[in-house]
Amino acid sequence: MKEILKAMKERILILDGAMGTMLQRYNFSEADFRGERFKEYHLSVKGNNDLLSLTQPEAIAEVHRKYFEAGADIVETNTFSGTTIAMADYEMQDLVYELNFESAKIAKQVAQEFSEREPHKPRFVAGAMGPTNKTASMSPNVNDPGYRAISFEALAVAYKQQAAALIDGGADLLLVETVFDTLNAKAALFAIDELKEERQLDIPVMVSGTITDASGRTLSGQTAEAFLISISHIPLLSVGFNCALGAKQLAPHLEAISRNTTLAVSAYPNAGLPNAFGAYDESAEQMASQIREYLDKKLINIIGGCCGTTPEHIKAIAQLASQYQPRPFTVSNHSTVNI
Amino acid sequence: MEKGLNEKRYLKLSGLEPLVITPESNFINVGERTNVAGSRKFLRLINEDNFEAALSVARHQVDGGAQIIDVNMDDGLIDGKAAMVKFLNLVMAEPDIARVPVMIDSSKWEIIEAGLQVVQGKCVVNSISLKEGETEFIRQAALIKRYGAAVIVMAFDEKGQADTFERRIEIAKRSYDVLVDIVKFPAEDIIFDLNIFPVATGMDEHRKNAVDFIEATRWVRTHLPHCSVSGGVSNVSFSFRGNDTVREAMHSVFLYHAIQAGMNLGIVNPAMLEVYDSIPKDLLERVEDVMLDRREDATERLLDFAETVKQTSKERTADLSWRENPLQERITHALVKGIDEFIVNDVEEARTGVAAPIEVIEGHLMIGMNVVGDLFGSGKMFLPQVVKSARVMKKAVAYLLPFIEAEKDGKAQSNGKILMATVKGDVHDIGKNIVGVVLACNNYEIIDLGVMVPPEKIIAEAKKHAVDIIGLSGLITPSLDEMVFLAQEMQRQDFKVPLLIGGATTSKAHTAVKIDPQYREAVVHVNDASRAVTIVGDLLQKEHSKGFKDRLKVEYADFRERFLSRQSEKTYLSLEQARSNRLQLDWKDPKIKEPKHLGIEVIEDFDLEHLVPYIDWTPFFRSWDLHGKYPEILTDAVVGTQASELYDDAKKMLQKIITEKKVQAKAVFGLFKANSVQHDDIEVTSPSEPLTEKIYFRTLRQQSKKAEGRPNIALADFIAPLETGVQDYIGCFCVTTGFGTDELANDYLAKLDDYNAIMVKALSDRLAEAFAEYLHKHVRTNYWGYATNEQLSNEELISEQYTGIRPAPGYPACPDHLEKQTIWELLQVKERIGVTLTESLAMWPAASVSGYYFGHPEARYFGVGKIKEDQVADFAERKKIDYEVAEKWLKTNIAD
Repeated sequence: MKEILKAMKERILILDGAMGTMLQRYNFSEADFRGERFKEYHLSVKGNNDLLSLTQPEAIAEVHRKYFEAGADIVETNTFSGTTIAMADYEMQDLVYELNFESAKIAKQVAQEFSEREPHKPRFVAGAMGPTNKTASMSPNVNDPGYRAISFEALAVAYKQQAAALIDGGADLLLVETVFDTLNAKAALFAIDELKEERQLDIPVMVSGTITDASGRTLSGQTAEAFLISISHIPLLSVGFNCALGAKQLAPHLEAISRNTTLAVSAYPNAGLPNAFGAYDESAEQMASQIREYLDKKLINIIGGCCGTTPEHIKAIAQLASQYQPRPFTVSNHSTVNI
Repeated sequence: MEKGLNEKRYLKLSGLEPLVITPESNFINVGERTNVAGSRKFLRLINEDNFEAALSVARHQVDGGAQIIDVNMDDGLIDGKAAMVKFLNLVMAEPDIARVPVMIDSSKWEIIEAGLQVVQGKCVVNSISLKEGETEFIRQAALIKRYGAAVIVMAFDEKGQADTFERRIEIAKRSYDVLVDIVKFPAEDIIFDLNIFPVATGMDEHRKNAVDFIEATRWVRTHLPHCSVSGGVSNVSFSFRGNDTVREAMHSVFLYHAIQAGMNLGIVNPAMLEVYDSIPKDLLERVEDVMLDRREDATERLLDFAETVKQTSKERTADLSWRENPLQERITHALVKGIDEFIVNDVEEARTGVAAPIEVIEGHLMIGMNVVGDLFGSGKMFLPQVVKSARVMKKAVAYLLPFIEAEKDGKAQSNGKILMATVKGDVHDIGKNIVGVVLACNNYEIIDLGVMVPPEKIIAEAKKHAVDIIGLSGLITPSLDEMVFLAQEMQRQDFKVPLLIGGATTSKAHTAVKIDPQYREAVVHVNDASRAVTIVGDLLQKEHSKGFKDRLKVEYADFRERFLSRQSEKTYLSLEQARSNRLQLDWKDPKIKEPKHLGIEVIEDFDLEHLVPYIDWTPFFRSWDLHGKYPEILTDAVVGTQASELYDDAKKMLQKIITEKKVQAKAVFGLFKANSVQHDDIEVTSPSEPLTEKIYFRTLRQQSKKAEGRPNIALADFIAPLETGVQDYIGCFCVTTGFGTDELANDYLAKLDDYNAIMVKALSDRLAEAFAEYLHKHVRTNYWGYATNEQLSNEELISEQYTGIRPAPGYPACPDHLEKQTIWELLQVKERIGVTLTESLAMWPAASVSGYYFGHPEARYFGVGKIKEDQVADFAERKKIDYEVAEKWLKTNIAD
């Protein structure tokens, strides 16, 4: 905790870029996804990127390494879908603990290599906790608006398991990310708070929401400020946004929260908006020039990239950010109490 | 930028949009209409499962300017948790409602927690308090914090609800310190509800209610940094309900002062708010006198004024023209208007005109009090006025008492002893006190145990004083459960006295559905003070009370039935789950008696004379639309004359039927070896030709989810399972008194005598039931012989106080009519006594009864209730009939 706060007081921290975009470059086949261990698995697992932490751990380590080389202070574990809820698609709920544990372990090993090499610039591992593929405050069925495919309790149980495995594997902080339904995030925060109390540990938590379109709201309908208010009850290291929008489109929403919180603010936008083929083609330079606006306005403390971003993007952003002072911030101080 | 670091500690809430409450914010208005305790309409909509319309109530409020919506589902008859979750889920799907934050309002923690789990925004929990002690308070607060909500803290602690300035600030300070220091709860997320109580109730101790609230608010806002103060404003004007002009002015005046003192949010009905500045000067002055307790006579003055606002007539100066009216009118006028000036003279005049002084109380004064009751009941009189009426009454009674005592050899007789208590956990007692006052001046002795009275104390005191009636009061929802518990205790301890239920959250529905079934004596819901006098009078009047009580029982049972039939959305178990929750009897100690005679018996042409004592007359009167229990119905104030006439006619007809042998009574019955098999079937060994194979009764099992510890029963549970190795028995029967009925009825019809035609049929039905009762007794005491020592009166027979049951196919315990066919097959009913089954499986002649005999001491009547498709399918398979056939016969029992 102390170490990362110290670093954040000194400089704007750099978060890594996309994992998925990098993995695509490997062109892994179904057999590669399966590896030796899941050779006989009864379902297709191609596309289950989280599984690669078990079957292609070297590739995962290599991506982390490239981002650290590009200048990242923090890398995210390869665990975006690492909950029993999201893994149900592959019937791999039983692997959830192992997936998270191993992913954190891989990232931590690489981070330690770099920290040892450059002690003045310690590197950190953020345990990534994705939104799952279900929403707790919206109905998937338009004809039955009161229906819910998942409950708060089920989410909390799943998130607690994921968080525990990430911490056991060596994550330095937890990142509840790509929040499109605030209630899902609240379940994750509830679980983390419980875990912190049970283990009497104080691990920093970042929350990153997703504004889905120009309306400026989350998928579950909240404005940026309402989102901020809804998640501010748990001590947070930072709050911010990622995904869905490019750096340019994200700017006004970042301003909205930056204005309304004294917490550190994070952002990791996509490399622009997807083109006609669904690919992201904003170059590193283009993206960096958008991010210059964030920096000029002192909106952020942590900056990185989401879909479509690569080590080149991160390198450009890191070089730019190093010329700026971090935004002043406070650390939320409501601690937990034994229930 | 640096100033951003000193983030202001404001109360921040969110729906889809933020709500930040700063010192500059105007008063935050919380919508109260989506509260079942506050809105009858909303309660009705939820009860009717009309969530669509309930949503529009919420929408209407938000459109109307509510900045937060309070949602409350606390009602004894609603599954509060399910309703809360369902409603909030639906609200979340409506962006025009969900844009504002939700206040989750419940006195039950599980409902609050369920609500917190379905709302993405930052809510307000309404409410928690130190009532149950610090440990629970801390636990709940810590969870609320973890869920991310603000909280309303009631000024309530282990000792009770704060009702003075000192108590309010004492509890607020303590709550605040615990929350901030121990729970680390953000101070800006704490909202105090400092208890708004009514003023101008006529009681001295309520005079400072508003002032104390306002001053406590000021203290809290000054001494407890960052917190907010809230409250339910309409309470303050409760004693003027019905007079909106005065109430609106009271709300405005109260808010005007409370907001200045620092109250920054609250529940106010915007439609019930007058603009402070446009309140007429004279009204404003009187309202402020009351609110701020500025004058001794503030309440009287406001009351007088309220009268003029209401009637808009000018006859306010001491108009004594009513003194010219006849005596009764003068007494009534004095009681209604609360004028005690002349009452002694009037009562003295009345006394000289009657045989015994008590008649003045029971006559003149009661007539007047009934008028008071009616006016109060219909909202045309206010609480303080009733207290004034009571005062006049008291004066009158006091004057009469010496005369009454002189007559009774110096012994004062009260009309009865009434115990009154506000139940455990509840502190509201205004209503109870009023009832006490009003009853006391009607010459009842009141034993008032006060508030928060534990059940064991109520029971002990009731016994100690040998009270005639117990009255329970409560205002908060959990009190309802307390009342149910007390009713159970009274039943268990074999109390005989009526139970009165009153208080704001109580209702006739709750009383009928939840309390009445727990207690075999009368249970009455009394919703206003003056009405209580009439009801207590009826309950304690020696001559009529039995009939009154019986009618009450019937009335509440009917009400209950109607209510329950409207209920929906029960939870069901799978058949397998239901079976694993079957009724487990102790077959190691089977208490089974082998019948003296196994096999089938036939009774031909039974002497009807023997059946007359077994007739249950109550349903007979009901069939003529005369409601009430026999024999009291014969002397009933309303229908007594009619009932007596009818009864005379019936007896004449009965005599004719018996002496002229107009109908024939026949019966067939049998007792057989039996065991239950395959969970729900009863395997019967028929001892006789032509049937030599085993035959099976297929019983149906309750499938609705039961309360913890309650089994899902099927009739098969009362018979020893085959695998226990215990030999058990079952009986079945068919009786008829219907042969000849139609012919006789037709004779009358031919003579255009419908009255006697109906009479014949009604009597035949009664005779058939009487025959079934007679035969069952015969079987119990003789033929089966497990109850040889049985000595029961007919009344006890009718109330089914014997051992064993005789359930009939088509009735609640075995709603499936198809089993009649099995009985017919087993007993050869058609062949032996000629009773047949129609294609709808009705018996012909109509005046017939058939059923089973179960002899186990634990056997009892129950209702199968609704069942699910899995049981229908299983039943069809067991009976080897098509699913569709089974479905057809069981239709009314299949849950949607």
